Amino acid sequence: MFWNGFQLPWRRLRELGIMGLNERNADFILPYNPRRNYPLVDDKRRTKALAMEAGIRVPMLYGVVEIVHEIEQLHTVLEPYEDFVVKPAHGIGGEGILIITGRHNGRYRKIGGTMADDDELGHHVSNVLNGMYSLGGLPDSALIEYRVKFDPIFEHISYQGVPDIRTLVFKGIPVLAMIRLPTRISDGKANLHQGAIGVGIDMATGWTFCGVWHEDPIEQHPDTGGTLSGRQIPHWDDILALTARCHDLVGLGFIGVDIVLDAQYGPMMLEINARPGLSIQLANKIGLLPRLRRIEELRSIPASVDERVKLAKSLALREN
Amino acid sequence: MRNLHVKTLALLLIVAGISLCWYKVTRLGLPLLPTEKAEVWTVEARIEFKARRDAPVKLQFSIPRQPSGYTVVDENFVSSNYGLTTEDDGLNRFAQWAVRRAKGYQVLYYRIHLAQDPMAPVQPATIVVPEVHPPRFPELLHSAAAGLMEEVRSKSADSATFARELLLRLNAPMPNSNASLLKQDIQSPEEWTKRIVDLLAGANIAARMIQILLLKDGISHGSLTPWLEVYDGTQWLAFNPQTGEAGLPKDAVVWHIGDAPILDLSGGKNPKIEYSITERTQDRTLVAEQRARQMGSRLMEYSLFSLPVATQNVYRVLLMVPIGAFLIVFLRNVIGIKTFGTFMPILIALAFRETELLWGLVLFCLLVALGLLIRFYLEYLKLLLVPRLAAVLIIVIILMALVSLVSHKLGFDRGLSVALFPMVILAMTIERMSLVWEELGSSEALKQGFGSLLVAALGYLSMSSRCLEHLVFVFPELLLVILAMTLLLGRYTGYRLTELWRFRAAFRS
Repeated sequence: MFWNGFQLPWRRLRELGIMGLNERNADFILPYNPRRNYPLVDDKRRTKALAMEAGIRVPMLYGVVEIVHEIEQLHTVLEPYEDFVVKPAHGIGGEGILIITGRHNGRYRKIGGTMADDDELGHHVSNVLNGMYSLGGLPDSALIEYRVKFDPIFEHISYQGVPDIRTLVFKGIPVLAMIRLPTRISDGKANLHQGAIGVGIDMATGWTFCGVWHEDPIEQHPDTGGTLSGRQIPHWDDILALTARCHDLVGLGFIGVDIVLDAQYGPMMLEINARPGLSIQLANKIGLLPRLRRIEELRSIPASVDERVKLAKSLALREN
Repeated sequence: MRNLHVKTLALLLIVAGISLCWYKVTRLGLPLLPTEKAEVWTVEARIEFKARRDAPVKLQFSIPRQPSGYTVVDENFVSSNYGLTTEDDGLNRFAQWAVRRAKGYQVLYYRIHLAQDPMAPVQPATIVVPEVHPPRFPELLHSAAAGLMEEVRSKSADSATFARELLLRLNAPMPNSNASLLKQDIQSPEEWTKRIVDLLAGANIAARMIQILLLKDGISHGSLTPWLEVYDGTQWLAFNPQTGEAGLPKDAVVWHIGDAPILDLSGGKNPKIEYSITERTQDRTLVAEQRARQMGSRLMEYSLFSLPVATQNVYRVLLMVPIGAFLIVFLRNVIGIKTFGTFMPILIALAFRETELLWGLVLFCLLVALGLLIRFYLEYLKLLLVPRLAAVLIIVIILMALVSLVSHKLGFDRGLSVALFPMVILAMTIERMSLVWEELGSSEALKQGFGSLLVAALGYLSMSSRCLEHLVFVFPELLLVILAMTLLLGRYTGYRLTELWRFRAAFRS
């Protein structure tokens, strides 16, 4: 019969263990992420403070702008720094992040190479304060922090911006990871829906395999031509340990942790996301559900971070 | 556990909603479809008389008392300066008009609207075991009657068969000598019916004359027809006094029971009654609603029909919103269409109800496109967020006024309906669309824009359905069912249709 080889698409997805948005929301975010802990991750300033208390390395905070009036003094605050990043404290989806890579003739050089003056910077900050990029359009504050100089390992597979490593952590156990590479289209931003590339990482070893761009598989970086697969992520065990600790930090069961590799300081935690996206499954060509269900079935989660990292690796190995 | 909870709750809601609805359909006869019609008869009785000078006029007129098989939709009395009371003696109903002084010809009207309704509540008239008064016939008639009775008695078993046998004999084309003797001095159908009642009384059988009105469209000078009712020990059985056929005719209303006169007039002379009858069709809903009132149904006291008409019209629209909201839930969580704002498409769809779909779409696209152009210019001015939003709002209103003006001058009066668009929603849509345009590119912005329009159009189509509107307004308990389905979708963890496309790369491996 001609339909013997045919399978209903949703059956096939189920078989692959791919998780959809409805299932993520209903079965993981709602039961495992208590609402009262959301402010800890939605406010990047609080996340930063918590992480620093726990000894997790984060990009240094240069200053905070909370009221429009302070924009006038922005110039003097920024005086000592050659380069920096401006981001909204309650930003979503990587929006509203302005990266300044240097200065020239009293003007700021933005990441694409275009220049901006004090006025433009001030306008951006005031947009941030007015809540243009924040959840629900609420008034926000702007953080000015250290610009990460990323590890040279990523030089050939990244176009401007800072590549970061997104790890999905469920009940303190890292489940899946990918590295997000900015492209020309994503304008230096590392969010997949803005056009960045996601490259899956083997949890057990830290080696990359091929990636996904705009939901299509891709072998080479479209702008630099660098091969995406077969690269070893440095400090892999440290990174896994770092993400596992982030769970204890905020008390949320299902999170996405963003980590950058700084050339000088090593792994740094950028932010924690309480509603992690699902493209990570495409980048890894692995459905999330089998691993999540296996963790749900575990009678107890080991308290020590090392044990949890070991568990994460064994989970990944069992599947491969 | 939580799933079980939600499912039980949903099941309870569905059962409650459906059973209430079922009750209303089967017991109260409310129609499920808006197109169901009922035949409504309008009967008008015109009473004319000449008032006597210097005497107060008092008039008692018999009127129908909850005719079986019919629902009284409406009843009114036209009697300019007369005082009016109605009275019910358990058998008949009367209208009593009175005036102290009247001059010349007087005309009074009584009008009743009856809907044919086989499910109308039958109010059992209190049956009093009637007394039988043996008649006094003159000698000649007496022996004729006795002879006939003897004949009939031998060929019958009970009151009903006796009456039937008697009627057959009396009305035979070639009556025997006894029958023709009894028929000889009869002048009118009334007298004839009275004679039969008397004859039956002679056999110790209770019988009475009733007056019925045969309903036939287009009658203008009609009159009542006398009919015969025989008591068989438990109930009254109707017979045609002219043929002996049992039962009432198909379209007939019992107007008056007993041989008392229909009209009792004092202070006037030459009374004349004429009946006119017309038939038309009316919404079945109104009829059923009226009937439920008569039944004293608590449910209908709290029906939306008891609200003032203006409020009813508001609720006709409001009750459609849950349907739109459910549609949004379905399109977003099961299909996965992206829209600007959660319920924005529903508000747009409500506006489409006034503008109609095609014009609504054209006007909406026009406003958003113009608004976006101006919004891009405002972006260049680097305005603060709230002033910028306010500026967009003001511009949207100016644009709405301009579109109305231009379309009016060009003669498209449909363009005027642009004023019904929710302007704050429009302003927010423009703002969000421009943000998405800036940050995620034009294709994403257009995708979400068309998604919103598609949802709005679908919302309009479902919310303007007359059938759905009728259903939720007449059976508001169906909203419980919609709520239940929404709750169930709230625990839907399956894929969205668009995710099948999103994860298509997974199929290739």
